[in-house]
Amino acid sequence: MQECGLVATDIACRRGDRILFRGLSLSVRSGGIVHLAGPNGIGKSSLIRILAGLLRPYAGTVERTGGIALADERLALDGHQPLAQALAFWQRIDRAEPEQADFGLADLLDVPVRYLSTGQRKRAALARVAASGAPLWLLDEPLNGLDTYWSSKAQVAIAAHCRAGGAVVIASHQPLALEAVHEIKLLDFQL
Amino acid sequence: MIRKLWPIFTRDLALLTRGAQGRGGAVLPLLFFLAVAMLFPFAVGPDARLLARTGAGVIWVAALLAAILPLDRLVEPDVEAGLFDQWALRGISEEALLAVRVLAHWLSFGVPLMLAAPLSAGLLSLDAQQLWMVELGLLLGTPGLAAIGVTIAALTAGMRAGAALGGLLAIPMAVPLLIFGAGSLQPDGEGGLALLAACSLVALAVAPFAGGAAIRAGRE
Repeated sequence: MQECGLVATDIACRRGDRILFRGLSLSVRSGGIVHLAGPNGIGKSSLIRILAGLLRPYAGTVERTGGIALADERLALDGHQPLAQALAFWQRIDRAEPEQADFGLADLLDVPVRYLSTGQRKRAALARVAASGAPLWLLDEPLNGLDTYWSSKAQVAIAAHCRAGGAVVIASHQPLALEAVHEIKLLDFQL
Repeated sequence: MIRKLWPIFTRDLALLTRGAQGRGGAVLPLLFFLAVAMLFPFAVGPDARLLARTGAGVIWVAALLAAILPLDRLVEPDVEAGLFDQWALRGISEEALLAVRVLAHWLSFGVPLMLAAPLSAGLLSLDAQQLWMVELGLLLGTPGLAAIGVTIAALTAGMRAGAALGGLLAIPMAVPLLIFGAGSLQPDGEGGLALLAACSLVALAVAPFAGGAAIRAGRE
């Protein structure tokens, strides 16, 4: 897997006329996992979008090396298409070797995406990320809506991705069962 | 880049032609276009000379209004579903995406209108010469209408009541196309075609950049 890294320096985030947090720095390299923790509304999703380069930080810089895959609350799969075809659309663009990860979607491949349940949609998003071939995963609440079994399976897949040389940033208000996680509490950077 | 854009183009074209998830497809604007041509003789009476004199203008008005119908599903659903974010992460520029979308939109909207124009011409008792000029005008003008449509759709994506606002914004921008398109059908109006083509080219040149900036601004 290609070398990857993410270095964010002195990030401040403003939404509307409110500064959500400031002075936040983080870095993650191949094999690393960062857990962005904090209560609802603290700015976890905004920070993920800043790290992805989709949102301009109010202050600070972000440097990225390597491809990025993002799973947030927006599935980015065409709702009317069967899951297999919706995932195949991204594979035709990415042309990457999909990572071997089991998200239990084998039985759902012919189900139109709009009929998937919350947990199944989350798993589909993780499958899209895993198939993208990008070394750097940005996951916004990846365990929301997953039952205990698939929650642990998802974390197994995340750990395997890191062992293979990838890096992961997870925004989640839930505790993670992963090892060697660098936890960043966003509350510490609130004004 | 072309390798990445090709699957996007085929998806856009399939979605805009067939329609899905609250996207009506190419049939709705087409039926609307034909319905106007069908209703007009009912409203003004069956006088063939009057119809032949006004009919070509009616075809242009119908084409412009038909262009407004698909505005709310051109860009908005894909912004909403996060597709534009995912494309951005893969390094595909919004400009390229919107240029592809203009092409797909024109194929699914402009070409069917041109195919339906002979039917409309029959309903409005236009002669062969007029029909030829209408077809030529649509060939030059519908790419401009498609470009304006995609620009407006990108500008209003994510806005509440974007659909209604989109229609109101598109009409004034499309007026030059209407004037030169309908004007080219007047006696000695061939110069109108050149101006029509010029308007279309301007719209086509501006659309990817204006729309791309709008989508990036919409992320803030």
